[in-house]
Amino acid sequence: MSILVNKSSKVVVQGITGSEGQFHSNQMLDYGTSIVAGVTPGKGGQYTLDSSIPIFNLVEEAVRETGADTSIIFVPPPFAAEAITEASLAGIKVVVCITEGVPVQDMVKVKKIIEQNGTRLIGPNCPGIITVGECKLGIMPGFICKKGRIGVISKSGTLTYEAIDQLVNVGLGQTTAIGIGGDPIIGTTMKDCLELFEADPETDGIIIIGEIGGQMEIEAARWAKNNVKKPIVGFIAGQTAPPGRRMGHAGAIVSGGDDTAKAKMKILDECGIKVAESVADIGSTMKKEIDKKGKL
Amino acid sequence: MKIHEYQGKKIFSNYGMPVQDGYIFEKIEDAEKTIKRVQKDFNTQDVVVKAQIHAGGRGKGGGVKYSPNFEDALENAKNIFGMNLVTHQTGTQGQLVKKVYVTEAFDIVKEYYAAITLDRSKGMDVFMVSSEGGVEIEKVAEETPEKITKVYIDPLLGIKSFQAKKLAYALKLSGDPFKSAVKIFIQMYKCYQGTDATIVEVNPLILTNKDEIIVLDSKMNFDNNALFRHKDISEMRDLDEEDPMEVEAGKFNLNYIKLNGNVGCMVNGAGLAMATMDIIKLAGGEPANFLDVGGTASSETVKNGFRIILSDKNVKAVLINIFGGIVRCDRVANGVVQAVKELGLDVPVVVRLEGTNADIAQKILSESEVSIIAAVGMKDAAEKVVTAATGN
Repeated sequence: MSILVNKSSKVVVQGITGSEGQFHSNQMLDYGTSIVAGVTPGKGGQYTLDSSIPIFNLVEEAVRETGADTSIIFVPPPFAAEAITEASLAGIKVVVCITEGVPVQDMVKVKKIIEQNGTRLIGPNCPGIITVGECKLGIMPGFICKKGRIGVISKSGTLTYEAIDQLVNVGLGQTTAIGIGGDPIIGTTMKDCLELFEADPETDGIIIIGEIGGQMEIEAARWAKNNVKKPIVGFIAGQTAPPGRRMGHAGAIVSGGDDTAKAKMKILDECGIKVAESVADIGSTMKKEIDKKGKL
Repeated sequence: MKIHEYQGKKIFSNYGMPVQDGYIFEKIEDAEKTIKRVQKDFNTQDVVVKAQIHAGGRGKGGGVKYSPNFEDALENAKNIFGMNLVTHQTGTQGQLVKKVYVTEAFDIVKEYYAAITLDRSKGMDVFMVSSEGGVEIEKVAEETPEKITKVYIDPLLGIKSFQAKKLAYALKLSGDPFKSAVKIFIQMYKCYQGTDATIVEVNPLILTNKDEIIVLDSKMNFDNNALFRHKDISEMRDLDEEDPMEVEAGKFNLNYIKLNGNVGCMVNGAGLAMATMDIIKLAGGEPANFLDVGGTASSETVKNGFRIILSDKNVKAVLINIFGGIVRCDRVANGVVQAVKELGLDVPVVVRLEGTNADIAQKILSESEVSIIAAVGMKDAAEKVVTAATGN
């Protein structure tokens, strides 16, 4: 088990012939991801990646011909929302959108559509998802991961890698790591991921990495208080971020109220989550929690 | 992206919203004729002289002056143009006034507040109005939240007329002002959606002694990610209102924000960049900046990043923290070596590289002639750079 994707996921890559699409499709194939199709309008009928992967004009053709059930999107920002909608309407169950820079008004509308269709969207503006040893659906460096029993949920790409690396250094590995993205509107929230990891029998502990801006970490923590039995370790980036400034991610902005790092850390703590004050302590904090649990 | 009040009003006018209008001058010698032109075109003696900067609280800071006649207007114009306007949003350093807006004046009976923004948790737009206009809305929200009425709008449906009516009823309007307000609210939402705004705020919206509803001020912020489809709005960008180094960094696709500390940071990824600033603080230092070199850092990006960090004279040491995923550490290392050679660094540089090709990168750094302090892990890196910066 694991969450969202595994070795039986059949993947279609939307935007497979672009430079990003080509590079990362190769990387994903190397990791063992089962890519069954690519989509680039106008290039249907051709083959790519050493003539091994068929290209289709439309996602629905790829679904019909190859049985694809999972999609990853590398198309440029102006077309990303439409690519998500197309995948959703074609019946794709899990969509990962890597694209950075999707207009937020496109996303608020797309979010309504995928909710109506029951599509699971990860991202946009995210590194994707990796189920260690089974399926990499994203752009993260697969080699840093080690199979284990910790789930990782993060708004930030490089902080996901940092957490994975620290877990390996303290002798823990990962079941699945999900980069949910740092935009104001994203498909799958921290709470959604907590719910999935709590239900996954192979996951023993969960790391959540948040940042300034929005209420997502707080919503996740409040829900977890009564619904998650597994230990959770949290980290919030942006303790030193000035208010009113967008810190790289479109959603990382302090605009008043409970969206500062300090406010979030306090609420996480009140909800029973072990908060690592320093980014360097994420792995060791989880190690302590897991060891403690072993002694019970 | 932010724009000025007069630009926002121009957009509002295009959406059919009635605004208090006027003309702008950017050279003091144009003040006289601008005032006269406003007086003539708007058939008025009294005008308002308004500083144009990208910050709120201009009135309180002395940047907005009612002027009953030409002489007063000219004097106010002279005082406001070129002044260093300090408001609660500019910080203590203030903002130099380079543009002045001269507008018609109205007899105000009542002031209201109206704004639209995104509610991230609900995934809906929220339209807020309040009968307490003309003051800081944050204060109203905190002290008398019952005086703010909110209507949530499904972005797929857009605003419905019953929603606009609900907002107008909340302001206790009736008759013609009620009808105008309903129309303004509908157009304001269309403007918000049509321009990919992240916030549209009117504070105040006024009721005049002639029973008109008029937009007296405008604040608009736009989604940078959507500017590709709004060329007209992109052209409204005013670089004078932005930090020159941040503008420079933007040219190289670097995400840079200047802070007040003395430890420069160069990091890949926004989350890691924030976490790096935080750990510097925890180690007893103060970060000098946020700098995300992005997912595809090349040696060229690294070099430009260095140049920008070092242009800040407060910087006493630099921390390079790269977790190579797609970014290859060896390329970053080459960029560091090249930059140090070309720029002739005179501050200590601490480097922490992890991930893709980190081993090759370490070798490149240790074999180069440049003196770099190597660090293992973020804690070690933060401690070393803080020590280097403070000289302890």
